[in-house]
Amino acid sequence: MKVAVVTFPGTNCERDTIHALRMIGADAELVWHRQAALDGFDAVVLPGGFAHGDYLRTGAIARFSPVMAAVAEMAHAGRPVLGICNGFQILCEAGLLPGTFIANEGLSFICRMVEMEVLSATSVLTAHTLPGQLIRLPLNSYEGNYVDPTLTGRVVLRYTDNPNGSQGGAAAIANEAGNVVGVMPHPERATDVLLGSTDGRDLLAGFLASARSGVR
Amino acid sequence: MRARVAVVRRTEIADPEGETVLRALHDLGFGEVEAARFDRTITLQLADTDPEMARARVEEMCRRLLANPVIEDFSIDIDQ
Repeated sequence: MKVAVVTFPGTNCERDTIHALRMIGADAELVWHRQAALDGFDAVVLPGGFAHGDYLRTGAIARFSPVMAAVAEMAHAGRPVLGICNGFQILCEAGLLPGTFIANEGLSFICRMVEMEVLSATSVLTAHTLPGQLIRLPLNSYEGNYVDPTLTGRVVLRYTDNPNGSQGGAAAIANEAGNVVGVMPHPERATDVLLGSTDGRDLLAGFLASARSGVR
Repeated sequence: MRARVAVVRRTEIADPEGETVLRALHDLGFGEVEAARFDRTITLQLADTDPEMARARVEEMCRRLLANPVIEDFSIDIDQ
């Protein structure tokens, strides 16, 4: 069971993500964004950072990196695809998830632990949770304010205090099938009691279990 | 030949930077300001070609990269 963790120029959470995935037993490997194929991988994670400097718009350049065609193929094949923070923004720009992001309401860069409620357990990120369950993860973003004029994004995690103005309080969005998920806070940074929460480890374990079963 | 591309966030979509600047202008006594929006202008220097052809190409650039169709519209001026 192999998980690809894609690194773009400017990505900065790939090591944390690899560490978190390996900690829970995944065979996780870094994949450079210029790699055009993801043969042999069962799942893919787009980690956080500032891919291609976030120039023009967050994720706008990254969506044209060679690896993104392979990410889209995995998404359409029903394989688990997870975008964290900047990875979420890239999935939106690529059209693999609906909506996009604008600056936080109040223009603060938000860097703190936030609480979310599970709205739906039918996604590769929330597979091991129950609706209504509360999850705590660190949020670390300036453009975390989710906007979806189409109203088609399926909210699977909702902020209990909506810190950034996201439409519908959306912290994590899934596609209809549930195999493609974007999450704005960082599950890979909530994997040890020393970090203030282990909820991220449980979410990622659900993601791995989804990859193992070969379906969402 | 030069193309000026204006990328404008649709008015129904919030613009937190614009709202903050609006509040600051009000604080400075410019009460007549009713709205402030951050639009983006991108100037492209192009190899000379037929203006209509250039416009069609720049429109494609906007659709594929320069504007986000989810929340933005664009307009194009071509200077000879």
